[in-house]
Amino acid sequence: MFDIFMLMLSAILIENFIFSKFMGCCPFLGVSEKPDTALGMGCAVTFVMTLASAVTWGVYRYILVPFGLEYLKTIAFILVIAALVQFIEMFLKRFVPALYSALGIFLPLITTNCAVLGAALLNIQNEYSFIESVVYGFSAALGFTLAIVIFAGIRQRLVLANPPKSFSGFPLILIAAGLAAMAFAGFAGLSIS
Amino acid sequence: MEILIPALWFALLGGVFGIILAIASKVFAVKVDERVSSINEILPGANCGGCGYAGCSAYAEAVVRGEAPIGACNAGGNAVAQKMAEIMGEVAENVVEKRAFVLCHGEGGTMKYIYEGAPDCVSAARLGGGSRQCQYGCIGLGSCASVCDCDAIEIKGGVAHILPEKCIGCGKCVNICPKNLIKLLPESTVCYVGCNSADKGSAVRSYCKAGCIGCKMCEKVCEVGAIKADGALAVIDQSLCIGCKRCAEKCPRKIIKVTKNGICKIEE
Repeated sequence: MFDIFMLMLSAILIENFIFSKFMGCCPFLGVSEKPDTALGMGCAVTFVMTLASAVTWGVYRYILVPFGLEYLKTIAFILVIAALVQFIEMFLKRFVPALYSALGIFLPLITTNCAVLGAALLNIQNEYSFIESVVYGFSAALGFTLAIVIFAGIRQRLVLANPPKSFSGFPLILIAAGLAAMAFAGFAGLSIS
Repeated sequence: MEILIPALWFALLGGVFGIILAIASKVFAVKVDERVSSINEILPGANCGGCGYAGCSAYAEAVVRGEAPIGACNAGGNAVAQKMAEIMGEVAENVVEKRAFVLCHGEGGTMKYIYEGAPDCVSAARLGGGSRQCQYGCIGLGSCASVCDCDAIEIKGGVAHILPEKCIGCGKCVNICPKNLIKLLPESTVCYVGCNSADKGSAVRSYCKAGCIGCKMCEKVCEVGAIKADGALAVIDQSLCIGCKRCAEKCPRKIIKVTKNGICKIEE
């Protein structure tokens, strides 16, 4: 139980996907203009990443390993994740239209999100069990959500700032993202025993 | 042989996923009214939100549900409205296409103070109504330009200018302007008053070279009574205007602006 808790904590704070692994930077910069859309993106990523972690674990264990195809896991996972996202989209559209209209625009974006693929590959690399994989995928996505929502808050302030012309717009956003990443680097010293 | 097994496996895996998705798309298919997609196709697709809905597809759905009127798309204008009416089996009235006009040309007007705050008009307007001496005039920080999806607004000399060939008349700038300076007028507008100041003539004269002083010259020269001086500000009733341009010739302040008919470009 304690191991699971540690796994979650490290995935959310210490090894934050955006701020220490630099994965999922595209949606992080693209969809962080407003806190509520950022939260929507975060929820969609959490949803897909948890499911993808479970499914890719199964695919790896029961399809790739028995036939000695481990070296093709990247391609296999891309295929699985893309199909999964498409499937979820259709499923939601039919049965949970409210959730579909909330997540709808974000779901196709996640198909090619490296954070989702990254979580799936890290699960294999770290030799996690099924439960650990799902927990890791879920908490890594929570870390992503935390980062993107915090950053959306920062960007709301940046809009009102009056910086030198050469810094205004994206340069300032990238600098702010760097500063946020440095702040998160402080969690690297966190140890619970 | 070694390459054959993985190739087969992946072909199989891809095939299985493909079949699952194909089945899912049939099983989970949501019935969409055909009219929604056909209306969506004829709409401009700019998603400007000028109709009051989140985007073109949201508007198309609302029309089919009977919640939205047919002629609400200003960007598409009359042509789109007629096609939509055809799809819905109704008769549409002629839609007057509109374009945005800035009712201020007060470049180089006197300033009250130097503003150094957040670079948008809404913030500036809270500080004593903006830095311009004229409390009705354009603040010129470009809030309208920043909301415009079509890059149709330029700030020149501290005043917003609409580029008529780019403007689609969505009205976003109209809503954001804290001074309510931007108005949607029919595209066929020939003359409009390029000032919004209700101040008295002597006051206007003291701070602005391009302000209406309420001299009523235009009112006298207009044969159809389309122009009325409302207090110290001339206002043209576009439904009565016949486009004779006499008011523009007579105006001593040269603030009745003439557009090139049809493309509403300001004549220099």
